[in-house]
Amino acid sequence: MTIGGLLATAGQVLLVMAGAPVLVGLMRQVRARLEGRAGAGIAQPWRDLRKLLRRQPTTPTGTGWAFRLAPLLLIGTSLVLAAVVPLLTTASPLDPVADLFAVVGILALGTVTLALAALDTGTAFGGMGASREMTILALVEPTILVAVFSLSARVGSTNLAAIVTATLHDPLRVASPASLLAAAALLVVVVAETGRLPVDNPATHLELTMIHEAMILEYAGTDLALIEWASAMRLTVLLGLLASLFLPWGIAGTSLTALPLALLAFVVKVTLLAVGLGTVEVFIAKLRLFRVPELLAGSFVLALLAVASSFFLA
Amino acid sequence: MNLIGWTLAGACGLAGLGVVAALVTSARARPVVVGGCTAGVGVAGLLAGLGALSGEVFHARLPALLPLAGVQVAVDPLSGWFVAVIGAVVAVAAVYGIGYAGHGHGPSGRGVQAVLPVFAVALVLVPAAASVSTFLVLWELMALSSLLLVVAEHRVRPAVAEAGWWYGVLTHVGFVAILLGLVIYAAQAGGGSFTDLRAAHLSPGVRGLVFVLVLVGFASKAGLVPLHVWLPRAHAEAPSPVSAMLSAAMVNLGVYGLIRVGFDLLGGATRWWWLIVLAIGAVSALYGILQAAVARDLKRLLAYSTVENMGLVFLGLGAAGVFHASASPALAALALAATLLHVLNHAGFKALLFTAAGSVLRATGTRDLDELGGLRARMPATTVLFAVGALGAAALPPGNGFVSEWLLLQSLIHALPAGGAVTAVVMPLAVAVVALTAGLAVATFVKALGVGFFARPRSATVSAARESQPVMLAAMGVLGLGCVGLALAPAALGPALSRAVGTATGTPVDVVRGGVILRLAGIASTMSPLLIVVAVLVAVVASAALVRLVAGRVTRRRAARLWDCGAGPPTVRMQYTATSFGEPLQRVFDDVLAPQIDVDITPHAESAYLLARVAYQRRIADRVEHHLYTPIINTARRAGELGRVLANGSVHRYLAYGFFGVTGLLLVLAVIR
Repeated sequence: MTIGGLLATAGQVLLVMAGAPVLVGLMRQVRARLEGRAGAGIAQPWRDLRKLLRRQPTTPTGTGWAFRLAPLLLIGTSLVLAAVVPLLTTASPLDPVADLFAVVGILALGTVTLALAALDTGTAFGGMGASREMTILALVEPTILVAVFSLSARVGSTNLAAIVTATLHDPLRVASPASLLAAAALLVVVVAETGRLPVDNPATHLELTMIHEAMILEYAGTDLALIEWASAMRLTVLLGLLASLFLPWGIAGTSLTALPLALLAFVVKVTLLAVGLGTVEVFIAKLRLFRVPELLAGSFVLALLAVASSFFLA
Repeated sequence: MNLIGWTLAGACGLAGLGVVAALVTSARARPVVVGGCTAGVGVAGLLAGLGALSGEVFHARLPALLPLAGVQVAVDPLSGWFVAVIGAVVAVAAVYGIGYAGHGHGPSGRGVQAVLPVFAVALVLVPAAASVSTFLVLWELMALSSLLLVVAEHRVRPAVAEAGWWYGVLTHVGFVAILLGLVIYAAQAGGGSFTDLRAAHLSPGVRGLVFVLVLVGFASKAGLVPLHVWLPRAHAEAPSPVSAMLSAAMVNLGVYGLIRVGFDLLGGATRWWWLIVLAIGAVSALYGILQAAVARDLKRLLAYSTVENMGLVFLGLGAAGVFHASASPALAALALAATLLHVLNHAGFKALLFTAAGSVLRATGTRDLDELGGLRARMPATTVLFAVGALGAAALPPGNGFVSEWLLLQSLIHALPAGGAVTAVVMPLAVAVVALTAGLAVATFVKALGVGFFARPRSATVSAARESQPVMLAAMGVLGLGCVGLALAPAALGPALSRAVGTATGTPVDVVRGGVILRLAGIASTMSPLLIVVAVLVAVVASAALVRLVAGRVTRRRAARLWDCGAGPPTVRMQYTATSFGEPLQRVFDDVLAPQIDVDITPHAESAYLLARVAYQRRIADRVEHHLYTPIINTARRAGELGRVLANGSVHRYLAYGFFGVTGLLLVLAVIR
């Protein structure tokens, strides 16, 4: 553990906390412009958060501790993810604590707390959202782990810093079929995990289509603010993870002098990914829930091909 | 005689005492005395196992105890691991049983209570057997005593008798397979003790035959597809403390048997054996968790989850065998360590889940998740304990199941550089199976906890539920603490694990090292469950403080109505049930599960367009049972009916059978002699 790594990790967490709502605002703004609307500006999610943080949270009739604890646990897991994943630096003191499997597990833990809270409300909406979210989570899992397989098999470690450093030392690896296929597979996973189109529509409140929004329907005030914030942070961390795994250039090690460059590189990479994702979302519609498994099966095949090619083409 | 010898002798003595006590004490005192003796058997087993794991060995021959072959007992670290796990489960389940059987509820009859210590001691002693005859006698003793315990409540529910039939038949199919395999092995080796078997040189064909036969037997005990059909019935219908012993202790003996015979005795160096084991494990894991994901009976759900976990264990065993056969001892040791650790973790959380389910059953009288709900307010301690177990079973950090699945995945993922093309094809698929299983397990246990314990009660009996007695809570609390300990400090088990693995593979490897951070031999991956928990807690506290700082006094909560779309308060029947929760998964895996759905629409008398009522019924039968066992049962029944034609009661016909039979036999003998 070095002072540089510690400071960089703290900076990384603060950056994700401050930047995540802006990123969501950016994606909404891109979408609005492409649809011919003026849009609310990229700072709108921050204004929403500020407003919600001043409102009282509610305890709906019949809910218990699962409902009350879920927002805190969700934001807690998101903050830990922001500290573990190498976004600005590969020298995070938390890197040996959680490898890629543990990261996937912590991500799932956040989703599970929210699903349990949704079931705790005892409403049809909550149950529906929880049931759908769990179905998607179960089907996403094989893709993630097989993609992890293809990334970590040659490195000999599943720790994120080791994988990212190995890619930095051998840049051609990024262009290998294994890496490209794994990137495509993980992109689908990120879309599914963060509830973006075509798996879930973050802008809808129609009971037939919603997943994530159905789970958080009963939340208000500070609770809702925490959940919205945590969701934005999860999106940012996952896009950042994707960038660090497949385009790791610019990321800092232990030295503090490389941090400004790392910051700039991170902002550029994540902005590009977000703008790209926002643009694509304009042109596609939400899939029917029971067509989503087909999409996920496709991404699973990509991941499996990634492993196969990493062995047979190596 | 050392510590192990004395404790094992003590276990036998306590079991005898328990049997006598069950027969002579009054109905009031019986559960306490017998439960105490059984718990003593368990504690003695735990001590013996811990002694073996700390490096002590024990070997004894008692030629007078059993005619012809005598009894041979030996405890090495591998046996010790299983004796300790089983002993711990038996001890806690027995204490829980004291509360469960009290007050005339549950199995407090003389016969059942007398069998309990016998079952406990047989469970503890099976891994200590060191000769074929001793092993088979103890195995059958365990099977028969457990059968009697499974059918303990047969007067209360007819389903119990059916479960007993299935269990009795399949456990004996397994027994016959093991008997054949070990007898062939012993005959070829020229001796029945495990030392003789280990030293024997057999032809590859015989070795393969022995392996396949014992695999059938041990797979039936561990409840692997397609021999699993008894498990969801027996484990669901047995009294809950017995369910915990069956599901957390007895199934482990299938694993022990395969490790002992496959690795230790046969040497394990043939790849196709282990590919079969891996495939069976993978199929069982997926099939088990899929059935659990759509189950609505809480205990049946847990039983199918046992099928899943045993599948994962066998998958790990298969992988370990494949690595062993392709000469990568470090990976083999890691996979085997993951397997053994998962056996322990599964025992911990499954015993906890079954005892918690038993408390729910006692408090509400139902196991149907669609009728449960709202127990969080009525049984707070049980809910928290069930949540701890569910976290382990869902293999999420920081549950204890996560650690062993992490080890398993590490061994599978780092196989590529070492193995050949077979590994390159098999291992990614194995990882995918483990991943899908883990994902479905998350969905399953979110359902069990969220539908069963949260929300509002779905039936009147549940509203009147009360928290269970202190004895039961204490036993569950011990299990809960055990699960937390296993989850947070798995590295503490490193030395014991390495010794047990070393006994099986023959090459001692220091597999799992490190203190707070878990480190592996030969693989650079690290992970620390304890620090993950600390980090999440720090983050939670920090964000709570931040909210307090920013929001100030508005964080005081306001009671509110549930969102009802303006249509009046939502009723209890509007909640999602276990059936509706599992419906998307059931639709996604429609081809595997093949549910039977009946929608019965009754139109109004006046008009066909107005509906009076709609009845919806869904049944998900076990497809393996339907397609594999129903034809066998039907064939057997037809054969029986044909037999009745042969025996119509005419004495002349019977005399003719005898005459022709003897003549035929003489003719055959005349030809071949």
